[in-house]
Order: sequence, then structure tokens, then C-alpha cells
Amino acid sequence: MMTDLYQSQRAMRQMRRQAMQRGVIAILDVGSSKISCLVLRFDGTGRLSEDNTIGSMAGQTGFRVIGAATTRSRGVQFGEVTAMQETERAIRTALQAAQKMADIRVDHVIACFSGANPRSYGLDAQVDLEGQLVTEAEVGRVLNACDVPDYGVGREVLHAQPVNFALDNRSGLIDPRGQMGQSLAVDMHMLTVDAIAIQNIVRCIKRCDLELAGIANSAYVSGISALVEDEQELGAACIDMGGGTTSVSIFMKKHMIYADCVRMGGDHVTQDISMGLGVPTAVAERIKTFNGGVHATGADDRDLIDIGGDTGDWEHDRRTVSRAELIGIMRPRVEEILEEVRVRLDAAGFEHMPSQQIVLTGGGSQIMGLDGLATRILGQRVRLGRPLRVHGLPQSATGPGFSSAVGLSLFAAHPQDEWWDFEIPVDTYAARPFKRAVRWFRDNW
Amino acid sequence: MRPLRATRAPVIHRAKPLAGPDADFESADTESHDTQPVLRLGGVKLFNRTARRSDPAPSRLSYRFQRWMLTPGIRMGVKLGLPVCAVAAAVGLYFASEERREALNTYIADIRTSIQERPEFMVNLMAIDGAGPGLSDDIREVVPLDFPISSWDLDVEQMRDTITGLDPVKSATVRIRPGGILQVDVVERQPVIVWRTRESVELLDETGVHVDLITSRKDHSDLPLIAGKGADEHVAEALEIFRTSRSLGTRVRGLVRIGERRWDLVLDRGQRIMLPTDRSVRALERVLAVNEVQDLLERDVAVVDMRLGQRPTIRMTKAASEDWWNTKVTVGNGQ
Repeated sequence: MMTDLYQSQRAMRQMRRQAMQRGVIAILDVGSSKISCLVLRFDGTGRLSEDNTIGSMAGQTGFRVIGAATTRSRGVQFGEVTAMQETERAIRTALQAAQKMADIRVDHVIACFSGANPRSYGLDAQVDLEGQLVTEAEVGRVLNACDVPDYGVGREVLHAQPVNFALDNRSGLIDPRGQMGQSLAVDMHMLTVDAIAIQNIVRCIKRCDLELAGIANSAYVSGISALVEDEQELGAACIDMGGGTTSVSIFMKKHMIYADCVRMGGDHVTQDISMGLGVPTAVAERIKTFNGGVHATGADDRDLIDIGGDTGDWEHDRRTVSRAELIGIMRPRVEEILEEVRVRLDAAGFEHMPSQQIVLTGGGSQIMGLDGLATRILGQRVRLGRPLRVHGLPQSATGPGFSSAVGLSLFAAHPQDEWWDFEIPVDTYAARPFKRAVRWFRDNW
Repeated sequence: MRPLRATRAPVIHRAKPLAGPDADFESADTESHDTQPVLRLGGVKLFNRTARRSDPAPSRLSYRFQRWMLTPGIRMGVKLGLPVCAVAAAVGLYFASEERREALNTYIADIRTSIQERPEFMVNLMAIDGAGPGLSDDIREVVPLDFPISSWDLDVEQMRDTITGLDPVKSATVRIRPGGILQVDVVERQPVIVWRTRESVELLDETGVHVDLITSRKDHSDLPLIAGKGADEHVAEALEIFRTSRSLGTRVRGLVRIGERRWDLVLDRGQRIMLPTDRSVRALERVLAVNEVQDLLERDVAVVDMRLGQRPTIRMTKAASEDWWNTKVTVGNGQ
């Protein structure tokens, strides 16, 4: 089971390398309310500016967005594929439009999705080094020595990132390779999701004649793009309020250390409005977008909104509702979502973090007055986050709703080291003495 | 009103517009599909009616087709290869039949001829300058042209080579003068010497090149005579010798090349001056100097042998030597 996963993840890494060589890769954010697709072109690694400062693009100049398209999502609920045909059609639509804009054929795609009950595990392991020096093989050995918990059948590991290395008594090492010591310890963050969800999404992408070059959790990737560098370093939580789910990820020392998701999002707010006012979902969505809010003031009682109708009944078709009423419908649901997020953050021990910055992003974070409400529920340090600016991104795709798509492009350009980026140590291949001999040669000469 | 002129544009058939009270309802329903033309130019819609408008998605086929068309090789092939192939195929099919090829060739040839035979390009006569009547007849014979002829058909270069190939012609220029005249300027070779061989008598120019055959030496008695094998290759030296021997006047009969190596100057009365291989003119000058002082050649001398410069020798005639012997004896006896 573990080696299967290891092999398939390595195959995806291989695919990503091929895509890099070809220079074009597609980014697919499969969300519950929209599916967005970016086409990236890689022109080599980004160079630092002449005075060796990072520059305005934060070093993310190695790629350029040459195609972008968004389509309404179909057949995805709570970030999981529920109707495969519909999802496939939606992916096809987005991809075709993006390809058309980029004017190039894309064969490799990196996808992210939010749902499927992500669950975080913290693993650790310690091994005594064979030599004095920490080599790549030693890192692989210590990663493999991690005691994997029983995460249940029907679950799959999505991310397994070494977060922290400790060499003897020195902890907090980012990269221990080449250093001297006696024993090496590692802390690893592992994220598991429902295997069925992954399989469904992989299948959808395969049916569109595409090769999957990587898959990521959208909580993770939106954290990459919405959190600025010092927030990632000092510790922050990113809350991506999507259509069907609200994902939570906590970052520390530039690594994700926790991720979870609340199966409630903007679509539920829309549904509440739809039910409360008796209007179709599309109308409810429009009312929410244009007139929504979470803080009612006196003026809102006098602000009447036409909610319309299509029945032919004059009285029914000319209904109005005051903005205060609308806020009255929206606020409890938003509060509920934020309370649920609070619970997840508490479960993760967020209050013990040195820095308790919270960043709200995702399409749902555009509700007016949300930051004020979130400050009350989540903590004092709340801000609204937008994705990092990347080259060539159209203006229409720079909103907070695209933070996971942008984050996924950053992830595609510079993926973090995962467990499967290191070779499995030889002792798991005890049955292959020849390969072992070859490895011994390679390690020693 | 439809225009009277026929057009290829598709005629779009619209349902007859509603009239009367129903028309008001119709105008309100803007989403009605009845107002759409039955035949659309973007024909895909015709087959894709079932797709919901709110939920557009490319069909699997169109998706694949678009991806296929975005593949660089295929796209290049379609944008460039296909038209080229189509044009090539069309041309190939058209010219598959012999008749059409013939027709095209004839057509091209016709155009070509009609251009070439314009009066501006026609040459009407040949003018030959610098050649005697005999030579110009020869030239007309070796360059047979029937005028008028188009200047495109004239190979002036080759004509010049042919004319220059004639023996009496030293150099020639051939050009087409405005006015349709083929101008041939010839420089004739001037015969300067007569060369008698066993077979024939020839005229040579100053470089020893053959100019003409003559039947008799008498016709050119004003030219000096040379003889012997290989004499034609040293005409310049022979001329020099003749110039030197001018003081001998009419006594000089000619020069004979001996052994393809040196000259003998033959005078009348069977006298002969044998000149060395090198510096023959100088040797002749010595002989002439002696002749000036002592009238050597007036005496009964058969041969003046200058072949060895250090030791000039003379041979007397038989009669003279006998006479001399007698004189000598007489003198000896007399003493």
C-alpha cells in the first residue's frame, strides 16, 4: 500500500519533470462553485535581480500564465466529484478555453481539490547515522523510519512533507544534508484524504486525455499564494472560503503543519438566501454578491432590494427585501462557518502558536464586513488575503477566489520536498541484492 | 426586393413574422428560438441543439479535435502542408493529360515567339568591316544566317569564335548594332613571309601563323622566303635576320632551317652563311662587317661557317681552292 502510493507519487513527479522539459503545464482548480484552469509556460528558472534582492515577483519569475479560463462547476459538491460525466465536461470546457487562449496544446495537468475529509498527522522518527555525514540516503532512511499511524482503509496520503529536521541536539534544521552528527530526527506532516475522491478526480482528468503531473490539497496551495513570506515563516492560518467547503491550513516555518476543511461554504449562504427569500439559486447568488453583508446598520433597513420573480403574478414578481433582512439571513450561516473554523483551529492548537495571524481568502471572503465578523470569532489578527501576483495573470483572475489556482502554479513551479522525493532506503528492497550492490557502489564512489 | 443578379450566398429562410395581436407576445419573448434562422452559418449549433445554453461544454469530439489542431505539427500541416498539397494535387491532376501539357508548352512557345519576333529584336543584315572581299565571302560562308532573324536566336559568342577560327582572321568582334545590323569587325592577318615546305608554299604572318596557301612563290616575290621543317615557329628570328641582311640586297635567296635548330642564309651563286643556334643575328653582323671590308662574299666562297663563334670558317668553291693550290705551288716553285 505504502509502496504503491510511493510509486504513483514518484510517477507524478516524473510527469511533472517531463512537463517542465516541454515547458507547458496546466493548472486545474476543481472547486465546488467554479473550475478554473491556468496554462503556464516555463522559461527556465527565475533569476534574481542584479543586486541579488528578491524583487517584486518574489522570485516567481520562472513561469508565465499564458492562458486562463474559468467555468461554472458541475457535478462537484463539497469539493468532491459526485457526477463524473458532468465534472469531466466542466473540466473540458475550462481546459479548452484556456488552451485556446494560450494557443498551445497542454498534455500535463496539476490539479487541486478541497474536500475529501483531509486529516493531518504529525509523524516523527529518529535514526542513528551510519556515518558522520547526513546524506540524501540518510534522509530517505529517516523519513522511511517514521511510524505511520493507522489512518484507515480507503484513505490515501496526499502530502507527506518533512517539516523539521533535528541533528543530535540541534533542531529547526531546514536541510540537514551535508551536516555532521550522530543521530537524525525528523518531524513530518502527513495529510490523508479519501481515496475515492482522489480516484474520481484522477479518472476525470484521464478521461480528458490529460496526464496528471501532480495533485495537491487546495488548503495547502491557497496558503502558499495568500500568505506572505513572513506569515508563512512566523506562523499563520489560511482560511480559504470556497463554494462548498471552507479549508483551513496552518503554516509555520514555511511548511504546512495542519490542514482541515469545514464542509460548508458560500453555496450554503446562497441556499439560505434562496430558501429564506423564495428565489432561484441564481438570483440568490446575485443578490448575495451585490448586496450581501454581515453587519447591519440603520441605513440597511431602508435599502430595499428587488428580488423579482418569473411567475407572472404582479405582486409576487415585485417583491422587495430590505438589506437588513438579507444580512439577517446571511450572518448566522457565516458565523456558523467561522465557528466551525474556530473549532478546527482550536483542535490544531492554534492558540499556542507564536504568531496568530489569520488570513481569509477564497471567493467567500469577499462578503462585505467579513473581516470584522471574523475578528470577533477567530481572533484579533485577521486580514483579507489575495493571491500573489504572477506574470501574465489576467486582471479578472487576481481576486481572492483564485488564490488556490495561483498557489497551485507556484506549487507547480517550486514544489516542496515531499517524502517521495527521497529514495526509499535499500533495506526495504532486501529481496534485490543486485540493486543493493549497485546502490552501494553509487553511494560510495 | 431581391437583387436581379444571382448570388451564391445562402438564402436564410425565416419563419413568417407574426402579425396582429400575437406579435406583441412574440416581441416580449426574446429568448424564443423561432426567430433564429433555420440555417445557420456556424453549423455546429444545428446539431447541438440539445445542449443547455446555461451549461456550455464542448463535445468530446470537438474537444479532441481542438486539441489535435493545437498540436504544433498538425497545425503546421493543416495551415501549410494541406494547401500546398491541394495546390500540388490540383496542378498535378490538371497536367496529368498529355494534351494539356502540350497546350501549355505551345502557349508558352507562342508567347515567346511573339516577343522575340517583335521588330525591335530583328536583325536584317550583316555588315563586315576590315576584311577583304575574299575573306568576307568566307565569313558569310561559315556564318550562314538567313535574315531577318531575331537577335534572341543569335549566338554572338559562338559566331565570333567561328570567325576567329578562320585562318586569315587575327581577331574579330561581333555585335548587334541598333537598327538591326549584325556588325562584324575583323582584323585580318598580314602575310609577312613565305614558307616553302615539301608539299606546298604558305604565307605566314609575323607570329608564324598560317595565313594562306599559295600556288606559286612568284605571286609574292616581295616577301622573303624561308624553308625547312620547324621554320614557322621562328618567324620572328628569321625576320630579324632578313632585316640585318638588307645590305646584301637582292643577293639573299632565303633562309633555311637546319635540323629545326639553326638557320642557313642562302645567297645566290650557291653561297651559304651557316648561322649558329644562338645569337644568329650577331654572327651575321660579323660576316657582313667582314664583307664590308674585304668583300668576302664577292669572292669565290661557298660557305661561311659561323657555327662556332670562336672559329669562323669559310669553305671555298672547288674551283677556287684548286686555283689557290696552284697559285700556292707556283709561288712555292717560283721562290
